[in-house]
Amino acid sequence: MRKKVIFRGVALPYLLLLPQMIITLVFFFWPAGMAVWQSAQREDAFGLSTQFVAFENFTDLFHDAIYLNAAWNTVIFSTAVAALALGSALFLAVQADKHIRGAGVYKTLLIWPYAVAPALAAVLWLFIFHPSIGLVGKALASLGVNWDYRVNGGQAMTMVIIASAWKQVSYNFIFFLAGLQSIPNSVLEAAAIDGARPMRRFWGVIFPLLSPTTFFLLVVNLVYAFFDTFGVIHALTRGGPGNATETLIYKVYVDGVQNLNFGSSAAQSVILMLIVISLTAIQFRFIERRVHY
Amino acid sequence: MASLDIEGVTKAFGSTKVLHGIDLAIHDGEMVVIVGASGCGKSTLLRIVAGLETATTGAVKIDKVDVTPLEPADRDIAMVFQTYALYPHMSVFDNMAYGLKIRGLPKPEIRARVQEAADLLSIGQLLERKPRQLSGGQRQRVAMGRAIVRHPKLFLFDEPLSNLDAKLRVQMRAEIRRLQKRLKVTSLFVTHDQVEAMTLGDRLVVMHEGRAAQIGTPMEVWAKPADTYVASFIGSPAMNLLPATLVQGGAAAQLANGTVWPLTDGPRPGGEGLAVTIGIRPEHLLPDAAGLPITVELAEPLGSETVLHGRLADGTALTARIPGIAATETISVSPEAGALHVFDAGTGKRLDP
Repeated sequence: MRKKVIFRGVALPYLLLLPQMIITLVFFFWPAGMAVWQSAQREDAFGLSTQFVAFENFTDLFHDAIYLNAAWNTVIFSTAVAALALGSALFLAVQADKHIRGAGVYKTLLIWPYAVAPALAAVLWLFIFHPSIGLVGKALASLGVNWDYRVNGGQAMTMVIIASAWKQVSYNFIFFLAGLQSIPNSVLEAAAIDGARPMRRFWGVIFPLLSPTTFFLLVVNLVYAFFDTFGVIHALTRGGPGNATETLIYKVYVDGVQNLNFGSSAAQSVILMLIVISLTAIQFRFIERRVHY
Repeated sequence: MASLDIEGVTKAFGSTKVLHGIDLAIHDGEMVVIVGASGCGKSTLLRIVAGLETATTGAVKIDKVDVTPLEPADRDIAMVFQTYALYPHMSVFDNMAYGLKIRGLPKPEIRARVQEAADLLSIGQLLERKPRQLSGGQRQRVAMGRAIVRHPKLFLFDEPLSNLDAKLRVQMRAEIRRLQKRLKVTSLFVTHDQVEAMTLGDRLVVMHEGRAAQIGTPMEVWAKPADTYVASFIGSPAMNLLPATLVQGGAAAQLANGTVWPLTDGPRPGGEGLAVTIGIRPEHLLPDAAGLPITVELAEPLGSETVLHGRLADGTALTARIPGIAATETISVSPEAGALHVFDAGTGKRLDP
């Protein structure tokens, strides 16, 4: 039940909406509009002249091997981050949902990583994976594994995936735990009496009943992997070695801030904007349907 | 089909003891109803039989086989829950077929069994629906169907009717009894409703504070309640309980106001001067001009009879059920011969002649 407040006149409601509108206009619509405008422009190398090139920045991108590589990296990276973050969070939530001693402490500890800033998280993982000072790095080296993410692209990708997923596990954990706790106990007891063993109960009853939560988190995690992992990548690998960990969002930064190729960078931003718009649209459609099973 | 033996089952949650040693033997095909107020441990007992809780001590035997250490899945039982506990993401068919699929039955047999149960419960036209598209009564039927298709050794019912409206409850009650008689499955039924208990059970277990206060057929429990708790719990309106003392060597009881009621069915042991509680059911109080005068505070006309709630001159509450319409402010009543129940005032236990 939503309470409806009826205002007399139009001035007050608009006034109340104004701060939100200003923030959205100044920090979203204006820069977004600029990006769209700039994506159709091309500046010369010295920034002296600008010419209108319509969609040429976009068509160039789709013929650029480095850009396509970044797109492919993003697909691998996002899928892996989402899968790893969702999988581990679900596993941990199922464990935390059991009636165990110290469940409260356990839950609190699991939520902590969410409060760690991306750059700090990256440094933390650096201390773990660095080949000469990291705990795991040194251990791997002593086992004879040739571990150095600074030269091995695959290893670098693995590391940024783990670090990024780790950040997101807490968030997923809270949602999964809430989802698990909303499943009536009697349904699980009925399944137990019907003869379903714990694994069967999980995949046959719990997992399907969690599907709305899982879907919501999948979208959130993809958006996170696409856009919010810049800090982790920047601090750990800077997109290297040899562009091996350069994702779309990181390339926007490289081309725009480092290479000062504003037109191309803006075009890339517009593409990312379209991706996030479509992800959000899918999510809203789903939430509006409200029918879960 | 099987027998069920509950032997010395106790249950404690931490330091709180909820079951103080329950012994119960249920024969093959019998329906036993466990009845009691909330918190008496009746649901805990049922859950121990189901294997959803573990007994602190004692054993549960199905067909003389000790199942105490077994998981619910290995006990070959079916349970109907108060909340129905249907799988929300499965169709009615899949809800009923789930247990059979787990057991790896061939598909045609699953189909046949579900169809048979659905016909029995007249839910054949609902098989494709999801639980959220069903009414309360229909969900109840599906929950029953899910239990029936398994052909279990034992049916367990955990207050399955309490979420239904009054009319549907009466209807489903009769239906459950019919089904149980027809399928001849040993059943344990838990309820807090004494009318449900009286009408459904071959035998009743009246539970009170973690103990079985009385085990017997509904008529035994009604006619010879074992103690004051059972006496007040079974029967509606509840039995009147009046403090009294035995006089005439135990052959009569004297109420607090001096009235002497003879115990026509024989003198009670304990003899002269023993403090007792006299029980008399409202329907056993007959209008009698020479009887106890009652000031009526509330008259509930039920058509064929009237329930009168009143007080004696000394303020003791007394309820009488009088045939016909009795719109009266005062009435005098006497107990029907042989209808008095005598309980020890100290222990609350029944005293028989």
